[in-house]
Amino acid sequence: MDANLILAIDGIAYGLLLAIAAAGLTLAFGAGGVLNLAHGTLVAAGGYLAVATSSGTWSSLAAGMLAATAVGAAGGGVMAAATAALNRRRHLDQALLTFGAALIGGDLLTTIFGPDILRPRVPAVLEGTVIVAGRPYPADRLAVLGIAVAIAVAGYGGLHRTRAGRLIRATVDDRGMVAGIGVNPRLVDAAVLVASGALAGLAGALSTPILGVGPDTADTVLLLSLIIVVCGGLGSVPGAVAAAVAVGLVQTVGVTTIPGLAPYLLIFTMALVLLARRTPLTGEVHR
Amino acid sequence: MRIIHRIDPNGVPSQRSHGDIDRAHGNGLVAAGLRHAYQRLTVLDLDAFTVAPGDRHAVIGPNGAGKSTLLNLLAGTTRTQAGRITYNGQIITRRSAAWRARAGIGRTFQHPTVYPDLTCLDCVRMGGWHHRHHPEYTPKQVLDLVGLADHADRPAASLSHGHRRMLDLAVALAGQPRILLLDEPAAGLTETETDRLLDVLTGLSSWIALVLVEHDMSVVAALANWITVLHHGHRYADGPANQVRADPAVAALYLGTTGGDDAERQ
Amino acid sequence: MSTAPTSRSHRTMLSRGRQWVPPAVTVAALIVVVASPDAYLQASISRMAPFTVLAVSVAVVTGHAGLPTLGQVAPYAVGAYTTARLALAGITAAPVHLAAGALAGAVVAGVLGAALVRYRGTVFLMLSLAVAELSATSAAGWQAVTGGTDGLAGIPAPSLAPVTPALVDDRAVLLYAATVTTATTVAAILLLHGPRRLLLLGARGNEDRARASGHPVNRYLWLVHTGAGAVAGIGGALLIHTHRWITPADVGFTTAAIVLLAVVIGGATSLPGAVAGAVAVLTVRDVVALSAPGHAPLLLGVLFVAAVYVLPGGLAALPARIRHLPRPRWLTRAPDGSSVAEPVARSMS
Repeated sequence: MDANLILAIDGIAYGLLLAIAAAGLTLAFGAGGVLNLAHGTLVAAGGYLAVATSSGTWSSLAAGMLAATAVGAAGGGVMAAATAALNRRRHLDQALLTFGAALIGGDLLTTIFGPDILRPRVPAVLEGTVIVAGRPYPADRLAVLGIAVAIAVAGYGGLHRTRAGRLIRATVDDRGMVAGIGVNPRLVDAAVLVASGALAGLAGALSTPILGVGPDTADTVLLLSLIIVVCGGLGSVPGAVAAAVAVGLVQTVGVTTIPGLAPYLLIFTMALVLLARRTPLTGEVHR
Repeated sequence: MRIIHRIDPNGVPSQRSHGDIDRAHGNGLVAAGLRHAYQRLTVLDLDAFTVAPGDRHAVIGPNGAGKSTLLNLLAGTTRTQAGRITYNGQIITRRSAAWRARAGIGRTFQHPTVYPDLTCLDCVRMGGWHHRHHPEYTPKQVLDLVGLADHADRPAASLSHGHRRMLDLAVALAGQPRILLLDEPAAGLTETETDRLLDVLTGLSSWIALVLVEHDMSVVAALANWITVLHHGHRYADGPANQVRADPAVAALYLGTTGGDDAERQ
Repeated sequence: MSTAPTSRSHRTMLSRGRQWVPPAVTVAALIVVVASPDAYLQASISRMAPFTVLAVSVAVVTGHAGLPTLGQVAPYAVGAYTTARLALAGITAAPVHLAAGALAGAVVAGVLGAALVRYRGTVFLMLSLAVAELSATSAAGWQAVTGGTDGLAGIPAPSLAPVTPALVDDRAVLLYAATVTTATTVAAILLLHGPRRLLLLGARGNEDRARASGHPVNRYLWLVHTGAGAVAGIGGALLIHTHRWITPADVGFTTAAIVLLAVVIGGATSLPGAVAGAVAVLTVRDVVALSAPGHAPLLLGVLFVAAVYVLPGGLAALPARIRHLPRPRWLTRAPDGSSVAEPVARSMS
């Protein structure tokens, strides 16, 4: 019972990290139709930078997170500039372009940081455990969970309470309307890509204490994020958050309870969600 | 929000004659209780709509009245959310657009792009594909009918708007429909082109049923013998063409002097 | 034939003649390689064959059905593992392998396609990525059949018929691989010609109009997807015949990505273009792998970016683009106003 609870907390923490990563991806797709396949690479870049900056002090930890966010935002900016140049072309070209960028970025990261899985040096307090529900629980995970919740809340507030957030949501719903009120939707697209890059970098930094970061990080995160985006309904942030937590739970609880089927659980879950959807996805054609 | 699941000839709240209704049930199209909503906005809520062979049935109404939605539901382009459609006495509510087209329900589009990469002749071939072994008219003859014989080898994308509309009609006609749904066929046409369109449509076999969504009242006047007026997705008026056109409430609706809700009529 | 698309008539006689130049050059090059005494070169070329067939399969789905896919590695993998298992079980007849590979590939693609053909564009790409991931996971995880991450080695060489000797000589393997590749490509081209080309071109251009004319578009796409699965399955069989071992990496995500790249470079709607793209990508990869080992992804990434920016429409569109470059007035020939470029640019929208 308690063990399951611990697992569930793990799953939720993991899910929230994925949610931070996937929220930007789903918004960028919903608003501008840009499927950023370099998203996972931005997460990995953020992770590597956080690891490289960390030296076991609180200030280095904070600096690492800031640096990861900044490099993510910069990467998002590059993607925005690169895809904007193709704006008159098909969305598929944009996807292929970001795919190329992901391959280049992945190769550069492996060249710089090597093929091993790296972990950051966190302050000693975070290395210990705290007692949760009568069981010891790693302090760093709890801290990550707390920060992830804080970011999710802040993100929700930003999306629903600020003018910029409302503009982004409006662009997802109806591009024409946004153009009608005198805002260039392409500007919104670029801003969303930068912001989603920043979130990706931050998610990468946050996940390193738990998962570390290695050559597989980018692909894993990208695949999980895509599954989340599809299951959550393209362009829907609440959907992505719910799907992310579900994916996190399936990944942790499912892998522990039925390890043999673990690789298929997620794909089956996605297939089920797709078949059970009542409203068609963008890009879905009935019959 | 009244949904009639079964329409018997005596229970249809329309002015149509019993003979018409019987023929619609036998060889025509009957839609009952069609309701359609986009998210929470109901765009169509229609108790009954019937098309009998040979009908020249116009559907008019202000923008957003649900006319195109009705056409898309009848053609199967949009999936039915609530209600039932029967055709030749068979329930086709769940049938695909392709199935309905093969069964004889043809259509044209409000924004005709046809097949941009194909030549006009190939477009018409695509339209008459399922009759290619026993065509009533060859693709060339169909193109000639709509006045595009000279453009047979040009790609559809290179046509002017008016020509593209005529090509869309040719593609629909090549499918040898028994019921032809026309979505604003005269929109954007010049006067000469409109005349050509009227020539083609009035020249069609008398047993083909036309359902016409149209804003241009002169086109409606020239073609329709029955008019249904939609307003906010509801049937606002329904009757023989001359009667409906003479109805001051309908004229007022078009001029926007009255809201639909207080003048609701069943 | 009355149903053949008339758009062919737009091509001038001159360009129809030019169509035969690339195949002629290819055949000539092959003859040179076969005649040469360099066994390493022959082996290298024949090992390109399976990937080339896979590229044709991806080009059929991406270009002709308009569904950009990373998922054709699934039927490719199934074709390969089926062939490997048959050979290891003592059935070494190549025709049996090819038929079994094609059938297995078609079945897998048919099942996947039933779920996938409802989706379009980037969503299809996304879902096909999940398929690629799934097939890689299965290849690594299903120990009993695939040999796990170690893969299967020591697979006996195939023979053309029970009485003929096994195909082990590099020259014989090359001739065999080239024949299968050519036959598969030509068969795919012929099948996608004439009325079927018209149907797909039309349905891709305007699905709603096609449905309103009675065309079950998704069924067409499913058929194409399934047929392409058979082609990929043949490619998988060829992988075993030319390599005689297999690991999950051969059918993994990287393969899926490279083959899509090859198809994009080749021009998507053009199957010979896909062949050319596949050969080009593999050559560049192998040459670079020698000079800068371990940096294949970097190069592929650069190629991807370059292909998107520099080669819209791919290699196949290059002649048309060169022809349409503005030229000095005194050079222009008599106007043939009817000439239109092949609609490659729209192929994947």
